[in-house]
Amino acid sequence: MADFKQTPSQTVGPYFAYGLTAKQYGYPQTSIAEGVLVGDDTEGERITLIGRVLDGEGKPVSDAMVEIWQADAQGRYTHPADPRGSNSTFVGFGRLGTGTDPQNRFMFQTVKPGAVAEGQAPHITLILFMRGLLTHLYTRVYFSDEAEANASDPVLTAVPADRRGTLIAAREAGANGVEYRIDIHMQGPDETVFFDA
Amino acid sequence: MSSPESSASGYTKRDWGSHPPLIHPDYKSTVLRGPTKPLIPLQPGLTEMTGPVYGHEALAPLDADLTRNGVRNGEPVGERIIITGRVLDELGRGVPNTLIEIWQANASGRYVHAADQHAAALDPNFFGGGRCVTDLDGRYKFYTIKPGAYPWPNHFNAWRPNHIHLSLFGTSFLSRLVTQLYFPGDPLLDLDPIFLGTPEAARDRLVAKFSIDATEEGFALGYAFDIVLRGPLSTPMEG
Ligand SMILES: [Fe+2]
Repeated sequence: MADFKQTPSQTVGPYFAYGLTAKQYGYPQTSIAEGVLVGDDTEGERITLIGRVLDGEGKPVSDAMVEIWQADAQGRYTHPADPRGSNSTFVGFGRLGTGTDPQNRFMFQTVKPGAVAEGQAPHITLILFMRGLLTHLYTRVYFSDEAEANASDPVLTAVPADRRGTLIAAREAGANGVEYRIDIHMQGPDETVFFDA
Repeated sequence: MSSPESSASGYTKRDWGSHPPLIHPDYKSTVLRGPTKPLIPLQPGLTEMTGPVYGHEALAPLDADLTRNGVRNGEPVGERIIITGRVLDELGRGVPNTLIEIWQANASGRYVHAADQHAAALDPNFFGGGRCVTDLDGRYKFYTIKPGAYPWPNHFNAWRPNHIHLSLFGTSFLSRLVTQLYFPGDPLLDLDPIFLGTPEAARDRLVAKFSIDATEEGFALGYAFDIVLRGPLSTPMEG
């Protein structure tokens, strides 16, 4: 029997926009997902997750692609592996390039996820692709107003204490509602924690 | 056969013997964009075992035919080709109903992307983006135009080999993969720091094989390209 080994990752490169994020960038094609995750029937607290990707010199990256994956406000994933399912049209997947905002921010309009299970803090999975990244990166976003849950979350507490802050989005009252802000630092003293999941 | 290294949750791990490192200085953009600290191990739970599922409802009729989905007033220029194969897991099982998105340059090496300023012709009849969903055996098939090589600013006289970009989901967010397909016999492969960033033993998995069986008489050359994703070590049902 033959061995089946993983196909290697390669960079998304600089020209993904018309293929993966066509609608956001104004190409006439459709996209499977964008920055708005909520629909009229989505239950939960509306939030906007805002951030930038900063390179080793602290410069915002204008050609990164960020994807997020999250549970609904009740902590349920829309996926066959979660038997609870979700009772709305909420999918929980978003995808944005950083090239259309003047400050190269990503801005996801979503709901704050519920805790997936007892003992876990609410979180959003974030994966990152860009030119200069040959293999994509995997990280998590936690919430600043969940200090108690964060303190006992098994994934967050496995991170050295002095680096946990890189994973916590700061809650702020924005003009259009609740905002959570987090920048992804590729390098430097605040280098974001990435996971080997 | 050797079984893929497992994590306790029953999902195969990322095989770092197959994937490029995060900093590979020959590819200059990696130097300021790759993290410098080691990745922190994460034991997969429900968060990781789930992920977005897009099936046939996400498709338009011409999505898998790039020779037709950008047509305005005629045939696209270039050599028509077929790219076909299976999406598999590490146990050789087909991954059914999974979305593949592709994008590529046209025959002269130019992308539709607004930021591509390479002085080569755009083709009014070629867009260069497409999608398809695998069938119940994990099989997929695209019709397209063979992409041209194009220059890039990494080093003096740097040219990317002919390639097609692919993006796949698989069964969970852990099986997510973005990669590139290359063509056999391309002399630029030995000079390309992106291709060469891949561990040597794994490089040939990125090169499609010419296939006379996939070739269509009088119409287009065929290339076979199987894609292996991470996956669950076992399924709830036999078979
Ligand atoms: Fe490319």
